Amino acid sequence: MDGTLGNSAAETGVLPDAPNASVRMSCRNINVFYGEKQAIFDVSLQIADRSVTALIGPSGCGKSTFLRCLNRMNDTIEGCRVEGEIMMEGKDINSPAIDPVLLRSRVGMVFQKPNPFPKSIYENIAYGPRIHGLAQGREDMDEIVEKSLRRAGLWEEVKDRLNLAGTSLSGGQQQRLCIARAIAVRPEVILMDEPCSALDPIATARIEELIDDLRKRYCIIIVTHSMQQAARVSQRTAFFHLGSLVEVGDTDQIFTSPRDRRTEDYITGRFG
Amino acid sequence: MSDHIVSAFTEELESLSADILRMGGIVEEMIVDSCQAVLHNNLDLAADVIDRDPQVDRMEAEVERQIVSLIARRQPMAHDLRSVFAALKVSGELERIGDLSKNIGKRALNLDTAVSPAMRSGVARMAGPVSRQLHQVLNAYASGNAAEARAVWETDDEIDQHYNALFREMLTYMIEDPRSISDGAHMLFMAKNLERIGDHCTNIAEFVFFQITGENLVQQDRPKQ
Amino acid sequence: MSDPSTSPMANAPFANERVLKRLRRRRAADRRFKWYGRMAIGFALAALTLLLGSIATQAVSAATYHVVTFDLSFDKNTFGDVQPDSPPPVDRVYGLVRDDLLAEFPETASSPALRHDLLGLVTRLAVLPVAKDLVRKPAEIGTKRRVELPLSDDLDLFLKGAAARHLTVPVGRVKAEEIAGNVTLTSEATFARLIAAASLENMQPPEMPGTGSILMTAGRSTIRLDSLAPSRVTGTLLTGTAQDFRTYPARARLIPAPESERTVSDLQIAWLLALKADGRVLRVPHWSLLTHTDSTQPELAGALAAIIGSLLTLLVTASLAIPVGILASIYLEEFAPRNRITGLIEVNINNLAAVPSIVFGLLGAAVFLGAFGLPRSAPVVGGLVLALLILPVVIIASRAALKAVPQSIRDAALAIGASRMQTVFHHVMPLAAPGMLTGAILGMARALGETAPLLLIGMVAFVAEVPRGPTDEATALPVLIYSWATQAERAWEPMTGAVILILLAFLIAMNGVVVFLRRKFERRW
Repeated sequence: MDGTLGNSAAETGVLPDAPNASVRMSCRNINVFYGEKQAIFDVSLQIADRSVTALIGPSGCGKSTFLRCLNRMNDTIEGCRVEGEIMMEGKDINSPAIDPVLLRSRVGMVFQKPNPFPKSIYENIAYGPRIHGLAQGREDMDEIVEKSLRRAGLWEEVKDRLNLAGTSLSGGQQQRLCIARAIAVRPEVILMDEPCSALDPIATARIEELIDDLRKRYCIIIVTHSMQQAARVSQRTAFFHLGSLVEVGDTDQIFTSPRDRRTEDYITGRFG
Repeated sequence: MSDHIVSAFTEELESLSADILRMGGIVEEMIVDSCQAVLHNNLDLAADVIDRDPQVDRMEAEVERQIVSLIARRQPMAHDLRSVFAALKVSGELERIGDLSKNIGKRALNLDTAVSPAMRSGVARMAGPVSRQLHQVLNAYASGNAAEARAVWETDDEIDQHYNALFREMLTYMIEDPRSISDGAHMLFMAKNLERIGDHCTNIAEFVFFQITGENLVQQDRPKQ
Repeated sequence: MSDPSTSPMANAPFANERVLKRLRRRRAADRRFKWYGRMAIGFALAALTLLLGSIATQAVSAATYHVVTFDLSFDKNTFGDVQPDSPPPVDRVYGLVRDDLLAEFPETASSPALRHDLLGLVTRLAVLPVAKDLVRKPAEIGTKRRVELPLSDDLDLFLKGAAARHLTVPVGRVKAEEIAGNVTLTSEATFARLIAAASLENMQPPEMPGTGSILMTAGRSTIRLDSLAPSRVTGTLLTGTAQDFRTYPARARLIPAPESERTVSDLQIAWLLALKADGRVLRVPHWSLLTHTDSTQPELAGALAAIIGSLLTLLVTASLAIPVGILASIYLEEFAPRNRITGLIEVNINNLAAVPSIVFGLLGAAVFLGAFGLPRSAPVVGGLVLALLILPVVIIASRAALKAVPQSIRDAALAIGASRMQTVFHHVMPLAAPGMLTGAILGMARALGETAPLLLIGMVAFVAEVPRGPTDEATALPVLIYSWATQAERAWEPMTGAVILILLAFLIAMNGVVVFLRRKFERRW
């Protein structure tokens, strides 16, 4: 299939269309089944470090399912089975030797609906570092909380009310709180599942600005329904259709001259 | 290509390309008529060509307005984006062609009535391939035929050769008869205008090719004779 | 696109007759539905008010009861041998009471039947608390003490006007003559009011034997009228002397029911009125309902044993059903894979919740009493059976509470690397806790009101001792209600109502705890 990656690229660890970027995660022949039903068909995709990869496609095309493979959140879904190889730092994350709890501390996730814990802002951030034992003492934890909130661009807005409930913030602030919470456990990869779909345009713009800032440190993979958003925030875009990866490439190329007719039809609004 | 889910989007894109084609038709006629005016020393026709130019300018402005509105409201992507981009560029090129045709008409008004028919027919001869080239590239635009667009782009040399031949011919006339220098100079400018029109057609061919294929002709090597 | 001019709304969008008519019909349907709802609520409220009202009016007369005071002297000759560990000297204390009554009413000396009637005023067992006191505090021996002994339930009811309907007519000063027990009363005024009242009640003594009695009382003395004329009445002296009629104003009591159809005799009434005239009959709050254990005599009975029994039973139930139910629901909801086995378990839990409670009683009787040999009538067995009974309720309520916690909270915790256990205990449980506690307490409330299974494991036994632990013999409040409600004597009726109110008070308290917990722990997400 045009645009997907060949085996040689997967083995050499460089992106065929962006040879300068290093590969953070490399997926080969991923198949996902919900019970008898197959949701993902033989997807191979390499994800570049320190950049934003956008997954686009119509509803039910499997992009969220694929995203959830990357931190094994599919483990929590009854009857979901993942086949294939997802390499991260030379290890297959699906192997029994990798504990999903540790994996998820390195591959953070932000969800569609902001879902802060019904606890204080401080506790929302501190929870992750605490269960992973990342902080020695109260001061250390204070520092982690401040740094995470600063990176999420929320510190100035909430520094005087860290004891307020996280749920009392506005939608956009809640989502940035969730991003700060994900950052707090020092991940290398951040998965975002339609992070702006519940937000207004201003809040969306703030999140997009934040994503652009975060990509200097993290590998970010974002699922979005908004093609404009994918075009705005990502460097690479992958188009999924009916559980298959149709095309992947530079965002510029995908949005100006996609190679596959289905991509073209989708991004120009010719089918749902 | 199938229709958009939002049918108004398709309609707007179609109306845009129809406007471009109508504009192209007017400009094509202006080339032919201005050269006919030169050939037959038809001053009325020349004045008529000059009068048509403001219409072309207005059409270009209208196309630009449509495009700005379309980008703002529809955020075109991929092929749509390239169509809109091509329409914007092509309308600009057509406007320049209109200006050049008007210039030929203006010069036709200033020609001495005694200019030899041989000199006049030289310009008229060159008008044929130039207007054909425009016609061809507009056909490529209308039918979405990338090969035809590429063919136009590749035949630009033909116009250049025409121009070089005409240039030498005019020089010969002017050397033979110094009284014809003033008219000869006008003729040279007319020929130059036609040559420039040819270049604009090549540009249009590039944009049409980009619209259809998403690839850039400029980066490719043009066959040189 | 349809042509707008053909659409029915186009011409007169707000004034079209057909549209308006439809609109009116829809409005009317709205209003009707609202009224149906209000009627349903009204019906429910009326039913509740009726129920509570009837129980409360029944119970209100049990809030107080009558006692007779006795000045008893526990002299050393009679009680000298009473030691702290000796059995309570009930007979000897009652002997003092009997002596006091016989001295008070010497006319009974001649007839054992009359003596028996007289002693019916205060039953023998009524002195048990006094006798026990004596054993506990032997220092009181040799002193005089005033004790209050509950009046026999029939007479208590008579005084409350509940046993034999009677009405009182003041007569005032009369002249009296006595000839061998027959007293003739004459009055300067007439007995016309009395005659009028008697005829209203269809009483014409003595011409119609078999009708009720008219008693005339003055001071401590009472006669039963034999004849009634406007200026002159005659009657038989029941107790006291004719002299009292000369010194005190008289009042007549009309009792329409014939003596043979009553539980109290004219003589007993006469004695009671005499004691009352002495100020020895008092109406006091019925605290013994809460402090006494069960008894065969209504005036002595109390619900203490049942209250303690119920509390012990609930303690056993709670300590078993709540932890087991909550752990089971967490496992089923958060950890168990969804497969045929868990599906089967789920269906069976739901079915178990619908099993009639008496079946659990049979199970308890067969397994805990039969197979395990646990003691009969013990709160531990009752608690185990009730725990089994409410376990499905607790599980279902807890699972519903866990289900109500949004998946996004679990996702959030899992996505930052919390283990499943951390996710459940740090994030899901705090959110589900109010719902889980509500389920647990509602389950407990159901256990508190459950009767049938306790009947089958023998907790219906007559328990005269307060249970000291979960293995002692005990009964429970609903069972006590059941057994009192099935008693024949009239006096049990208000007592039953009172115990129902006690049970309702417990249930309301438990529901209050539910509301409090919800308020305190409910968190938004």
